[in-house]
Amino acid sequence: MPRTDKMKNALDGIVNLMDGLLQWLDDRLEARRARTRREGLLAVLLLAPAMTLMGVFGFAPLLAGFYMSLFGGPLGENQFAGWGNYIRAFNDPEFWNSLKVTVYYVLGTIPASLVGSFLVAYGLHRILRGRGLLRTLYFLPYVTSAVAAAMVWRALFMTPDGVANLVLELLGLESQRWILEGKGILHLISGGWIPQDIGPSLALGCVMLFDIWHGSGFMIVVFLAGLTAIPRELEEAARIDGAGALRVVRHVVLPLLSPTILFLAVVSTIKAFQAFNSFYALTQQPDQPLFEPTTNVVLYIYGQLYRWNDYGYGAAISMLFMVAIILVTTLQWRFVGRRVHYS
Amino acid sequence: MRRAINNAQHILLYLLLAFGGFLTAWPFLWMMGTAFKSYVEAVEPTLNPFPKQWHWENVAAVFNAAPFGRYFFNSILVSGTVTCCVILTSVMAGYAFARLRFRGRNVLFALVLATMMVPFELTVVPNFTLIQRLGWYNHYAALIVPWCANAFSIFLMRQAFLALPNDYFDAATVDGCGHLRFLIRIATPLVKPVMVTVALFAFLGSYNALLWPLLVTADESMRVVQVGLTYFRGDFGVRVNLMMCASAIVILPAVLLYFVAQRYFVEAALSAGIKG
Repeated sequence: MPRTDKMKNALDGIVNLMDGLLQWLDDRLEARRARTRREGLLAVLLLAPAMTLMGVFGFAPLLAGFYMSLFGGPLGENQFAGWGNYIRAFNDPEFWNSLKVTVYYVLGTIPASLVGSFLVAYGLHRILRGRGLLRTLYFLPYVTSAVAAAMVWRALFMTPDGVANLVLELLGLESQRWILEGKGILHLISGGWIPQDIGPSLALGCVMLFDIWHGSGFMIVVFLAGLTAIPRELEEAARIDGAGALRVVRHVVLPLLSPTILFLAVVSTIKAFQAFNSFYALTQQPDQPLFEPTTNVVLYIYGQLYRWNDYGYGAAISMLFMVAIILVTTLQWRFVGRRVHYS
Repeated sequence: MRRAINNAQHILLYLLLAFGGFLTAWPFLWMMGTAFKSYVEAVEPTLNPFPKQWHWENVAAVFNAAPFGRYFFNSILVSGTVTCCVILTSVMAGYAFARLRFRGRNVLFALVLATMMVPFELTVVPNFTLIQRLGWYNHYAALIVPWCANAFSIFLMRQAFLALPNDYFDAATVDGCGHLRFLIRIATPLVKPVMVTVALFAFLGSYNALLWPLLVTADESMRVVQVGLTYFRGDFGVRVNLMMCASAIVILPAVLLYFVAQRYFVEAALSAGIKG
């Protein structure tokens, strides 16, 4: 008898033993008379590990953070400040600036990557052969860590003669300072006609481009998943009825895909509000003051907490920011969610 | 006639997709090529990603510059454990939220989803204090335990269990099968593709994390690869070829895992996850 058979028997034995154990547990639970009560007990058992972990490392710190936000000065010098930190935030131009950077970033990345990812996913969905290989090419950036990918992009954006400037040179354009450039993109394009603090800076534009590149793989895969769930017959029926490609997309594919679109819009907006790694790894230097044109709210919080040790103020901004994210997400569910069709 | 137009369209579509894929993958190509260039060639401005001569010794130079073997051991140990725990906790919780009726279920689920909106940076300070109190500073526990459950995984597993037809459970109940046995023997194998998806995201999240491992470890022997990678960051052009080589090495396990998981990670895996 080969050894594999022996192992198989042993495994079967273990499985049977487990099965008996489960049967016994199930019977124990069955012994309780009321059905809901039994399920309640089982629910407690099943939920305990996840809820304990999330309670201790997710919710408790939230309460601690709120408590922290009511005190001024560095940790340990607990001077009660009441709402002082919150009022300070409203009068802090640097905070407003970081909020502006965050909003530019969210508006600049989410719609573009949603549309782009949908187009790529729909293209991949339509072709017959080679989908796996192409999907892998598009998914590769997502697998990469932001730190490693940012190192590559820093080298591409190198000044004065990185790859990005080389491309500009080939096109006969002036070279740029890319991730070091704090002036507005509009200012640079208009040849200085538009003031430099209007619109996002070129450095922020680089971060956006990087994150569209880095995050689209996830969206494409999720879109593909949604597209696969649409019955082919529906699309074909519309086409046989004489609908053009655009009309099929507009009236058949997009409505059926709306739950996926809503899901992606909500999840990726939350992620975009909280973007940190790409901003940090691409445009900030570890030992230097924060580079303001690419300091979003999360980086500003990071600065308050870890650079200036102003824990109370950092916590207060976090609280305000979290409320803002919850508001935006709720609005999205309300207004986009209303137009979603569930089959 | 119609057929011919379709074929032309098809070829155009292929060309567009291939071009986009090439652009997307180009930074990779550039990284892989630069990783094996000599220093002189690496700092030379060129669009050609391929080295004139392949310098394989760069790999050895990376491993000599920092204890990358140790970093890899730590990263794999931490990410592997986190992945297993996440699967366990999210299958259990996901099943409870999808299939069991108990009081406060919806409120609890809403709370779970709400944790996705908390800025991570805020929870870091209280969590760091907690880790110190527990005496976990500079231990594996600090790198692993806080990440063993997360809302996104629970959400995906819940949706997967919700998508299972009720008939399966009813049939199993008639045969005298309780919830636990149904979960382990019948439901879990059916949602395997979603489990693989959850596992892949859990691994990537843990393996690619930077800030937390940086804060809770102090000794060289406890560092993970992403922290090790930052040692190569320095100023531009200092060791650009070694920097790229280190990046390539660090990315490798994640890419390999993707290729292994890809078989399961088909479109169908996520489709159940998003509906309703």
